[in-house]
Amino acid sequence: MNNDKTLGEHLRERGISRRGFMQFCAATASLMALPPSMVPAVAAALEKARRPSVIWRSFQECTGCTESLTRSHAPTVESLIFDHISLDYHHTLQAASGEAAEEARRIAMEENHGKYLLVVDGSIPQKDGGIYSTIAGITNLDMLKEVAEGAAAIIAVGTCAAYGGLPYADPNPTGAASVSDIIQDKPILNVPGCPPIPTVITGVLAHYLTFGTLPELDHLGRPKAFYGQSIHDRCYRRPFYERGLFAETFDDEGAKKGWCLFKLGCKGPTTYNACATAKWNEGTSFPIQAGHGCIGCSEPSFWDRGGFYDALSVPTDDAGNILLGAAVAGAAAGAAVGFMNRNKKDAATRAHETVTVDDLNGD
Amino acid sequence: MTADAILFFARGTGFDWALAIFVFGMLLRLFEVLSLGSKPDLSEGRGSGVQGGLKTIVTRTLPRPAIFAREPVRIINGYVFHIGFLAVLFLYEPHIELFEAKMGLSWPGLPTGIINALGVLTIFSLLLALTLRLSSPVLKFLSTGSDYLAWLVTLLPVLTGYLAYNHMLLPYTAMLAVHILSVELFMVVAPFTKLTHMFSFMLARWYQGYRAGHRGVES
Amino acid sequence: MSSASIEKGIRMIREEIDAPVASFFTSCVHCGMCADACHFYVQTGDPRYTPINKVEPMRRIWEQEYTLWGRIKATLGLSRKVNAQDFEAWEELVYDGCSLCGRCSLVCPVGNDISDMIRKIREGFAVAGHAPKDLVGATRRAVEIGSPMGVRLPALEAQIRHLKHDTGLDAPLDQAGADYMVLLSSMEIMNFPEYLEAIARIMQQAGRTWTISSRAFEATNSGVQIGVSDIATELVQRVVDAAEELGVRTVISPECGHAYTAIRFEGPNLIGRPYNFRVQHILEVLEEFRQQGLLKTEGKETERMTFHDPCQLVRKGGVIQAPRNLLGMVSNGFVEMRDHAEMNWCCGGGGGVSANERADELKSKAFHQKKSQLDELGVEILVTACANCRITLEEGLEQNDMDIPVVGLTEMLAEHLVEEPGNGGDT
Repeated sequence: MNNDKTLGEHLRERGISRRGFMQFCAATASLMALPPSMVPAVAAALEKARRPSVIWRSFQECTGCTESLTRSHAPTVESLIFDHISLDYHHTLQAASGEAAEEARRIAMEENHGKYLLVVDGSIPQKDGGIYSTIAGITNLDMLKEVAEGAAAIIAVGTCAAYGGLPYADPNPTGAASVSDIIQDKPILNVPGCPPIPTVITGVLAHYLTFGTLPELDHLGRPKAFYGQSIHDRCYRRPFYERGLFAETFDDEGAKKGWCLFKLGCKGPTTYNACATAKWNEGTSFPIQAGHGCIGCSEPSFWDRGGFYDALSVPTDDAGNILLGAAVAGAAAGAAVGFMNRNKKDAATRAHETVTVDDLNGD
Repeated sequence: MTADAILFFARGTGFDWALAIFVFGMLLRLFEVLSLGSKPDLSEGRGSGVQGGLKTIVTRTLPRPAIFAREPVRIINGYVFHIGFLAVLFLYEPHIELFEAKMGLSWPGLPTGIINALGVLTIFSLLLALTLRLSSPVLKFLSTGSDYLAWLVTLLPVLTGYLAYNHMLLPYTAMLAVHILSVELFMVVAPFTKLTHMFSFMLARWYQGYRAGHRGVES
Repeated sequence: MSSASIEKGIRMIREEIDAPVASFFTSCVHCGMCADACHFYVQTGDPRYTPINKVEPMRRIWEQEYTLWGRIKATLGLSRKVNAQDFEAWEELVYDGCSLCGRCSLVCPVGNDISDMIRKIREGFAVAGHAPKDLVGATRRAVEIGSPMGVRLPALEAQIRHLKHDTGLDAPLDQAGADYMVLLSSMEIMNFPEYLEAIARIMQQAGRTWTISSRAFEATNSGVQIGVSDIATELVQRVVDAAEELGVRTVISPECGHAYTAIRFEGPNLIGRPYNFRVQHILEVLEEFRQQGLLKTEGKETERMTFHDPCQLVRKGGVIQAPRNLLGMVSNGFVEMRDHAEMNWCCGGGGGVSANERADELKSKAFHQKKSQLDELGVEILVTACANCRITLEEGLEQNDMDIPVVGLTEMLAEHLVEEPGNGGDT
C-alpha cells in the first residue's frame, strides 16, 4: 500500500513524463467541462493528491463494470490512477482474500473513518432478508449499511448500483434495490451505464481529488459533465435522422451506409451519457458507430422500457389482445345500442296513425 | 414521476387504453348509425346506385367552383390542415415505423425536413381555422364546445410533435411523452365528437351518392 | 278538432330518422358551406337560415335517443329535450326559409343530404301542428277537391273546349291504352293555358296518342310540400290508380318542379311498390321526340335568353341536358348563367314557399339572388320549365322593375312547330 506517495510521485515512478501528465490533466479538465484556465489547478491538485482511501464493494453484479474500468491494452494514466487511489478493498482486484481481506477492510475503515470514498457496483437484494447475495455470510444489505456509515461519499458505479439495473428488471425476483434506495444520509454520485465508460469514472475521481467535492449532478444523481447531453444530440449519424434516412434492417443498404438507427430501436434521443463523444476503448467506437442502436443502458429501468429493437415511436405492448377485446366490446355495445335503437324506431313506427288533414293545425 | 416513467406509460398502458377506447367508440358509432336502417328505393332507376355511391365518396372531396368562389380562404385552409395533418401522421418515417411494427404495413415517407415544414404549416393553418371559425357569423353560430374541443385535440399532437422533434419547450424525453399523451387524448376524445367524420364521411357520401346514382342526378 | 301535439311531432321525427340521417349528423363538421349555397342565408345574412341549423331539433332528438353518448348526456341533464318552444322557433326556418331546393345537399363536403332531412323534419312539424296555415289550407283543398288551388274538372273541361276552338285539336279524357297520360298543375290550368295547347300540337305532330284522367289530372303533391307522407301517398295513389286503370305506357309530369320528383321518385316508395308504367317529365318526352326526329321546328329566336333550371327537375331530377338541346332547336341567343344546371340558384318559391303568404317578405329578399344572376348576364328573355318558378320569377321581376318576359319551354317549342295540316297552327 503506497499510502505515502503522492499521485505525482507515483506517476513519475511509472515513467509518465510531465508532459504526458499535463496532457492527461487537460483531457480530464475538458471532459469535466472545465475551462482551460483550470488545467493548472487540476494539475496542481492531482500532483499533490494523497491517496484517499477507497473501499470498493461489489454486490449483485456481473463484474462488467470492473472489467470496463480495468480494460486497457496498454497502461494508461487512468489505470495508473486507479492503482494509485486504489483500492483498500476490491474483491476482484485485490490479491488478498478471505479473512485477511476482511481484516484489511476493517483496518482501512477505522483508520479513515468519515473520510474514505465508498464505491459500489451491483444492486442490493432485499427480499427474504437479502439472502440472495452474501459475502462471507454477510448480506449485501447489511454490508452496505455498515460501510456507508463511515464513508465521506458514495459512488454508485454501473446502472445496477445506480438504479437497480438488470436484477431490478421485471419481475425483480430478488427485490433488488439501488444504493440510493437504501442509503439516504450520504452524498451519492451515480455513474450509470451497463457498463459505464472508463474515462467517466476516472473523470469523476479526478474531480473529487481536485476539489474534494462531488461534481454537479442532474436530477438522477449523475455528473452533468458526462451525462448532461443525450446520445442523440452528439451522435454523428444525426444528419441522417434529420433527413429521414433510416436503416430498416441490420444489413440493408441504409445500414451499410451508416444511416440513422432509430427504426432499429435506438434509444439515443432519451439516453444521457458520454458514449457519442468519449466513446469506448480509448475513443475507438460506441454501439451506434458499430451499427447497433443505443439500448439506453445509463437510464433507470432501461430493461423494462419496451423492446431494444422497437423504435421510440412504437408502442411497447403487443396491442393485439387489447384491440380484439376493444373490437368485441365495441361490437357488443354497438349491438346493444343498435337493438335499443331498432326497438325505439319500431315503436315509433307502430304508434304511427295515418295522418289526415284534420290532424294538422286548424286552417 | 420522472419524464422517463411517463414516457413509458404513454408508450405502454396509455396507448393500449387509448387505442381500445378509440376502437370501441368508433365501432359503437358505426353500429348506432347502421342499426337505424334505410329503406330500399322502389322507384325506377336511371343509373347505378352503387356507382353513384362510390363515385361520390371520391368526388365530394373537391368543392364546387361556385362555393369555392365565395369562401376561397376558408376552403383552401381546410385542405391545408387536413393534408398537412395526414401527411405528418402517415408520411413521417418514425410514424411509418409505428404502423409497420403494429400492422405489418409500410410505405415510403417524405424527407423529415419537409415533414417539419408541413408541421409548421399545419399548426398555422389550424390557428387560422380557429380564427375563421370565431370571426364568421355562421360558424360562430353553429359552433359548440365540442367543436372547440375537437380543434384542440387535433392541434396538440401536431404542435407537441413539432416541439419534440425540434427539442423545444421541454427536455426531449418529457416533450416526447407529452406528444404521445396528446395523441392518446385525441384517440380517446375522437369517437365522442365530430371527429367521427374521419370514418363516417364515407357513409354519408355513400348514402347520398347511392340515391343520386339511382336517380341519375348530379352528386 | 285538431289532434296535433308536440309528442306526436317528436315521435314522427323519431320515426323519420334512419341510417342515412344518422350518418349525416355523425359527419357534420360545422363547416358552414351549406350556408354559402342557400339563397335564404346569402340574401339575409341571418345564420339561422344555415341549412344544417334548420334540422337542429332533429339532431337533438337523434343524439339523445339514438346514441349511447347522447343518452348518457340526457340522463345527466347535460342536454335539453326538444320542446314546444323549439317547434315554435324552428317552424319558420323549416317552411318559410327553405324551398327544398337541394343546393345545400350538393355542396356539403362530407356528403350530407340536408334537403332531405328538412323534408323529413317537416313530417314532425306538420303533425305537431306547426305547418304554415296556408300550406294546410292548400293540402286540405288538394285532398278534398283534388287541387291545392281548388281547380275542379269543369275548369279543365273549359280549357279543353278553348283548345278545340282555337286549334281544332282534342284533349281526350280517360282514353284507355293511350301512349301518354298527361298530368297538369293547377297553376298551368289557371295561369298558363298555352301549355295545354302546346302539348296537343306537339303530340299531333309526333303522332302519339295521349289522354288526361278526369279523376286524377292534378300533378302537384301538397303532401310532399307540407311534409305529410300519408297525404302524399293518397295523392299519388290517385294518379297511379288512374294510370294503371287506363293502361297507359307513360305518365307525363308537366312543367312543374316538385310534381316530377314526387311522382317519379317518391311515389313508388310512398305506395310501397313499383309502378306498372313509366314516368317522364314533359321535357324528357320532348327530348325523346327530338332524338327520334319527331319534333320538327322552324325559325330561331335571336334574343339573348337563358334557362332557369327548376331545382326539382334539374338538380334533384337529373333532367339537365334535355332543356338545353330543346332550346338549341329554337334559339340562337342562348347563354348560360354563371351558376347554371345543377348549380343554379332556386327561384325561392319552391317547397311550399310560394303558397305560404307569411313567407312573402323573406321570399322577396331571397329573390335578389336570382336578380343578381340575371343582372350579371343581361338577358331579354328568361325560359323555364316549371309553372311555380314561372309565377315566382314573374312576381320577383316585377317587384324589382325588371322587364324580362318569362316563357315556358314547351310553349316556346310549340310556337316554332312546322305548320302542317291539322297540327293546329293559328287557324
